[in-house]
Amino acid sequence: MSGPAIHVERLVFAYPDGRQALFGVDFTVEHGERVALLGPNGAGKTTLVLHLNGILGSVAGGTGSGGIQIGGTGLHREHLAVIRRKVGLVFQDPDDQLFMPTVRDDVAFGPANLGLRGAELDERVHEALVQVGMQDHADLAPHHLSFGQRRRVAVATVLAMRPEVLVLDEPSSNLDPAARRELADILSELDVTLLMITHDLPYALQLCERSLLMDDGRIVADGKTRDLLGDAELMSAHRLELPYGFDPLSVSGPER
Amino acid sequence: MSGDGLLVAVDSRVHRVPAQVKLVALFVFVLAVVSTPAPVFWAFGLYAAMLVAAVVVAKLPVHVVSRRLAVETPFIVFALLLPFVATGPRIDVLGLELSQSGVLGAWNVLAKGTLGVVAAILLSATTAPRDLLAGLERLRLPATLVAILSFMIRYLSVVSDDLHRMRIARESRGYAGGRVGHLKAVAGGVGGLFVRSFERGERVHLAMRSRGYTGRMPLLSQAGAVRSQWLEGLTISLLAVLIAVMARVVGL
Repeated sequence: MSGPAIHVERLVFAYPDGRQALFGVDFTVEHGERVALLGPNGAGKTTLVLHLNGILGSVAGGTGSGGIQIGGTGLHREHLAVIRRKVGLVFQDPDDQLFMPTVRDDVAFGPANLGLRGAELDERVHEALVQVGMQDHADLAPHHLSFGQRRRVAVATVLAMRPEVLVLDEPSSNLDPAARRELADILSELDVTLLMITHDLPYALQLCERSLLMDDGRIVADGKTRDLLGDAELMSAHRLELPYGFDPLSVSGPER
Repeated sequence: MSGDGLLVAVDSRVHRVPAQVKLVALFVFVLAVVSTPAPVFWAFGLYAAMLVAAVVVAKLPVHVVSRRLAVETPFIVFALLLPFVATGPRIDVLGLELSQSGVLGAWNVLAKGTLGVVAAILLSATTAPRDLLAGLERLRLPATLVAILSFMIRYLSVVSDDLHRMRIARESRGYAGGRVGHLKAVAGGVGGLFVRSFERGERVHLAMRSRGYTGRMPLLSQAGAVRSQWLEGLTISLLAVLIAVMARVVGL
């Protein structure tokens, strides 16, 4: 547990078709921090996040340079298994994340890959499902669940691996307001470092004290979420807009 | 249909038999039926009686079984054609002149086909898809094949939803081509669907790798079946083998 939770240094990446997505990204997230990653479509947010557990980038055989450290462990090919246990990635579409016949099998997939078996595995699965309040749906098939329930199970599949860093790609997209609030309740209870891509700016303010603003493959702003959302000039320069009638200075956030 | 596959969710003795036992039982039963000579009518009567008994024990509604028998229709059509097109000595049935070997051939296809289909319906209606996969895994089917089947079951509903949405989008934009135009649109839609499914496959693979997948799926099954479960599950199949042997030995 030495070093910051996430440390990214001069990260550059181009897709195989030549399109460059990251132009030198630097940032550090300390343990226990909750950080929102904001930015317009095509800014490179998802690309950046897929680097954090070595799915993209030079470790995965792609073109790119720069360094990533997770909890002090450098992202190299020989550490890939450790890094993937430390960084839990929740994808945007739960149908991509839930691929096993039942919820229980799906949540067990990650820990089983870590080598857990028998009672220990069952316990881990139950614990993760309790964390998201889905323990009564363990034997259902994923397509029998509502979209919000599937999103929660997707979070559980990652929590079951006890990650140090939880990375979420648009957790509130396509959720109805109640499901969105339920997910926020769950996320704010978790005791992990959190990095969350979102277009939902009030959600970012509600859950994350700090925000990174990304555009054109670079981090263009890094600061308190409230300050960033209150800076009208910065916001409009990067195609970000607050919902109608929402004033970031008038609502309470996670800061104490 | 997007529910639990073809499972009829009631509790019965047949439902409780482990899936691997049922799979072996189906295989042995079908082999026994197929190897029985067609003219031994009493053997087929006994097979049918045993299947009916199993359907009753499994508490399956008759209309469900009869509706699912519809998959057999193409074979029935083929079987009914046989007496008219086959050659050889002729016999007279209700004023129609039919081929004798054709009539026997039709009976052969009809009887064996129907028995096989009913047995398969019995399996699919009493076993949840996941248990079926676990059973195949216990029977040492290669893990890759089990994984492919499992993905197929999981994503069938997702893909059919995609297809449904694409049809609605087409029709709500006023699409009303003729028969040929419709086929063309469907062909285009299938191409788009293939690309979408391929991309989804890529994303699923990313999600699997993120959770530490290294090329081996975790096992689905827990406990094996005990001897009494094997005996219970295989009762009908073993009787069927006995009948098939007797039909061969005793002859007509």
